[in-house]
Amino acid sequence: MTDQIFEYAPAPESRAIVDIAPSYGLFIDGEFREAAEGKVFKTVSPSTEEVLSEVAQAGTADVDDAVRAARAAFTGWSALPGTERAKYIFRIARILQERARELAVLETLDNGKPIRETRDADLPLVAAHFFYYAGWADKLEHAGFGPAPRPLGVAGQVIPWNFPLLMLAWKIAPALATGNTVVLKPAETTPLSALFFADVCRQAGLPKGVVNILTGDGATGAGLVAHPGIDKVAFTGSTAVGKEIARTVAGTRKKVTLELGGKGANIVFDDAPIDQAVEGIVNGIYFNQGQVCCAGSRLLVQESVQDELLDALKRRLGTLRVGDPMDKNTDVGAINSAEQLARITELADSGEAEGAERWSAPCELPSNGYWFAPTVFTGVSQAHRIAREEIFGPVLSVLTFRTPDEAVAKANNTPYGLSAGIWTEKGSRILAMANKLRAGVVWANTFNKFDPTSPFGGYQESGYGREGGRHGLEAYLDV
Amino acid sequence: MSSASTAPAFADVTASDAALRRYLHGLPGVDAVGLEARAATLGTRSIKTTAKAYALDLAISMIDLTTLEGADTPGKVRSLCAKGSNPDPTDRTTPQVAAICVYPDMASTAKEALAANGGAGIKVASVATAFPSGRAPLSVKLADTREAVAAGADEIDMVIDRGAFLAGRYGKVFEEIQAVKEACRRPAGSGDGEAAHLKVIFENGELSTYDNIRRASWLAMLAGADFIKTSTGKVAVNATLPNTLLMLEAVRDFRAATGTQIGVKPAGGIRNAKDALRYLVVVNETVGPDWLSPDWFRFGASSLLNDLLMQRQKLNTGRYSGPDYVTVD
Amino acid sequence: MSDESQKAKAKKTAAAPKAAGSGKPAATRTRKPASQAAGASRIPARVDVLKTYKLFVGGKFPRSESGRVYEVTDSQGRWLANAPQSSRKDARDAVVAARKAFGGWSGATAYNRGQILYRVAEMLEGRRAQFTAEVAAAEGLTEAAAAAQVDAAVDRWVWYAGWSDKVAQVVGGANPVAGPFFNLSTPEPTGVVAVLAPQESSFLGLVSVLAPVIVTGNTAVLVPSEKAPLPALSLAEVLATSDVPGGVVNVLSGRTREVGATLAAHQDVNAIDLTGAAGDPGLAKELEAAAADNLKRVRRPEERETDWSADPGTSRLLSCLETKTVWHPMGV
Repeated sequence: MTDQIFEYAPAPESRAIVDIAPSYGLFIDGEFREAAEGKVFKTVSPSTEEVLSEVAQAGTADVDDAVRAARAAFTGWSALPGTERAKYIFRIARILQERARELAVLETLDNGKPIRETRDADLPLVAAHFFYYAGWADKLEHAGFGPAPRPLGVAGQVIPWNFPLLMLAWKIAPALATGNTVVLKPAETTPLSALFFADVCRQAGLPKGVVNILTGDGATGAGLVAHPGIDKVAFTGSTAVGKEIARTVAGTRKKVTLELGGKGANIVFDDAPIDQAVEGIVNGIYFNQGQVCCAGSRLLVQESVQDELLDALKRRLGTLRVGDPMDKNTDVGAINSAEQLARITELADSGEAEGAERWSAPCELPSNGYWFAPTVFTGVSQAHRIAREEIFGPVLSVLTFRTPDEAVAKANNTPYGLSAGIWTEKGSRILAMANKLRAGVVWANTFNKFDPTSPFGGYQESGYGREGGRHGLEAYLDV
Repeated sequence: MSSASTAPAFADVTASDAALRRYLHGLPGVDAVGLEARAATLGTRSIKTTAKAYALDLAISMIDLTTLEGADTPGKVRSLCAKGSNPDPTDRTTPQVAAICVYPDMASTAKEALAANGGAGIKVASVATAFPSGRAPLSVKLADTREAVAAGADEIDMVIDRGAFLAGRYGKVFEEIQAVKEACRRPAGSGDGEAAHLKVIFENGELSTYDNIRRASWLAMLAGADFIKTSTGKVAVNATLPNTLLMLEAVRDFRAATGTQIGVKPAGGIRNAKDALRYLVVVNETVGPDWLSPDWFRFGASSLLNDLLMQRQKLNTGRYSGPDYVTVD
Repeated sequence: MSDESQKAKAKKTAAAPKAAGSGKPAATRTRKPASQAAGASRIPARVDVLKTYKLFVGGKFPRSESGRVYEVTDSQGRWLANAPQSSRKDARDAVVAARKAFGGWSGATAYNRGQILYRVAEMLEGRRAQFTAEVAAAEGLTEAAAAAQVDAAVDRWVWYAGWSDKVAQVVGGANPVAGPFFNLSTPEPTGVVAVLAPQESSFLGLVSVLAPVIVTGNTAVLVPSEKAPLPALSLAEVLATSDVPGGVVNVLSGRTREVGATLAAHQDVNAIDLTGAAGDPGLAKELEAAAADNLKRVRRPEERETDWSADPGTSRLLSCLETKTVWHPMGV
């Protein structure tokens, strides 16, 4: 028996819990309807390339309708006493908890991320976010934004595909709590959970028009952002699109918050708790297939501990379970789309071409779907594209440093400024480093931790404004 | 202070109290939250069907079936030996346990009972060194050990002097382990191998911090432990998934540094199959298949066995079993 | 530069000084009423020593590298002085100086920054007469009204100075995350901030936009009112003598559009306050769009005319801050 290997048998989560319709319309003014122009697009499961459903492609007329519905709903919603708004949002939080398993499965199917993550990270955080902001709805006068802070009006929100439902929660929960109404556009490749959320709104009895969901592509998003009827733009996505949005809204009174890209430095000192640092590195760059804006995509390791750390890291990567996202034991799932896979592949190839040494975890990748093995580049310099550009995939670039000052200089040497990690057992060094790093979130001896009470957002080209916590209210108030 | 049993590369670090202290305190720290988070994540692994069948049998074969009560009698020990030799009378394919773990005065009883019950392959493990507190003169501890070995114990589960450890007297703890290791030697020509295997119990619940557990692990391994063991089962906090994970990391790193493989034994508090499988997952993903054998990983447990047996029956029959369908010994 | 040559220069470019009748620069009379009194006696009227207004960059007072100046007049169109007309390169130099100063200024203790800014207020207080005269000339106010503006500006400076070591407590704090983590959010300065000061309120408005930016640790490149830059250029002299490190504030007089465009497009500027573009929506839009290239934080001009004497609230104080959130596990 002892020469047998402990192979985990498949442990697939049941798909039966979720019922995906063959097609979905736009959710406008409390009802699902077809796009005015009748256009549709398909959404596929990135792990199998199976078509999951067909969804409506919102056009100009649909954006108009949705904004009009949100505007009409704004009067009543914003006039509702905070205590009443709060109860609607609490209802949403509770229904999300009740339907968590269904939504986790749906999210995994549509996004390609492991069920372990949607079940243990995404969905609990989604419900928590609504629960947190629900409580703010009737306490806004105590939030530090004046005695009677007013909502802005209609919020146009455009979210990415990496955490579809969580990003929806980050956008919709504070908007509703502050009395705004919403037109939200989910990402083209992951529209389903937002459409299911529309059903959660229905179950919660949310007044019609308060939340409108428009599925579509980049053009739909651009149309929404440019629409003269909205008062607020909230966007999470790429820095390039963020800049375009900033140009679009120039000269208007639209309030904007942008949560964009990053190239986070994860700094490991030689006195780090090494086993936990390895876990933190893995969590930092392979969580959600590295498709995380705050990923610790640059590992800065002190030269004196480089070999030991990299050996440990590679050994650990050998245990990562890559494959079927629906399997409860899968650690790394599928890349979200063929397009994203192509981008990761191109950048990884550039790393090799520029002279960095490539190493990939030994793992068997499924033949269908979009896959990329967890990869580490060593011998990376600051000049390499893989050290400067956001890869948004499971690719770690390893650089070294000798002194704390050098670590700070390298970490800050980027136009981004979203996240950073520090690993050392020396408390005063943590505080000194945290003080000097130009990043909106600094994780010391941990990484990729999120909480509704904790403000999140970037410096510089990682965007502006904060989501989460008391700070997150500001984006939706006229202050 | 160093002896032949210490890995030569480490002779200098064990040369004095101060050197030991410098070395042990120079080991990488342990971040408690990160360690516990890692253990919790591994705890979510879903072990099904064939993997479960394999893991249940493996877990049974790793059990040090234990009775360590003041009320222990030869009758109780014999009954336990019978259970260990033939865990499920309804299913002869059920593996035997790894060892029967008893107090020293019961070692000979256990040895005889096993031989009589078709359990000759099952080891006898005896606690020693004034278990569980360890508060006795060294001479008493050594005598305790020698008696147990002489009575036929294949394995000695000693306790370290936690008082000395917490007071920073690492040299004392180190020397005591070495001395007990020496006491585990059998007279030449006794036919049972050179020495009883030495398991060193830290009593993690009393060491209190993960940093201390990592230091104790290295201290014990440097002193010649064959196994490191979490706890006596007699205090509030015994084996936990995180502290076992930490000790597995220690044996992994020790083998990388010295080439010597050391076993790990969580003991106390592991009561059901689900827990046991979590430990096996932690072993599998921390140190790998090299440790997935009773030679290198043990469970110190008693009630665990019956739950493993019930799960085994469920897997074989497709229906849930009940406590009346396993034997109470 | 002699009085004569000043006059000659003025003659070439504007008829304004002539229109005033006396042929003397307006500034002379406005600033030194005493010299008129002296003129009544037999002693020949004393010739005033006029000030050459210069830029303020990196703690030094350079002329514009372009060699350009433009004429600054009072509200009646009388010549007051020639102000340097900053160029793109002046803007570049100012940004370099501001960046260089950022580490030290943002890294200074809040108490230290508060004391330095309070020191500025002390220095301003001592120069009330000068600023009153400059503000009166620039904005066409009576002496009493100008004095009230200056007093309000000094008081505002004191008000903002006191914020240095309080803002973090008001907008930062611990976040009760659901897990074994210590989690703290603190405000940090955004970095180098370009400030287009209001066009109308040459001193109270100027102080009201500058002080909140630097008190939190940002460094500033200030573009003062295009038509009334003199109080800003004099403020620079106060800053230079108040322990404010060189580069923390840089003052670039000139054409708001020209300097603003360079600063809005500059990749090493982190934020831009467009208050000074209030009267020109086209310019404001253009600058905001240019600022998007490196995602500068943009403070748009106010929609309605600002009453600078009103309680400013914390809005400006908080607009050039980033929130940094630090997590650390709690475990033994």
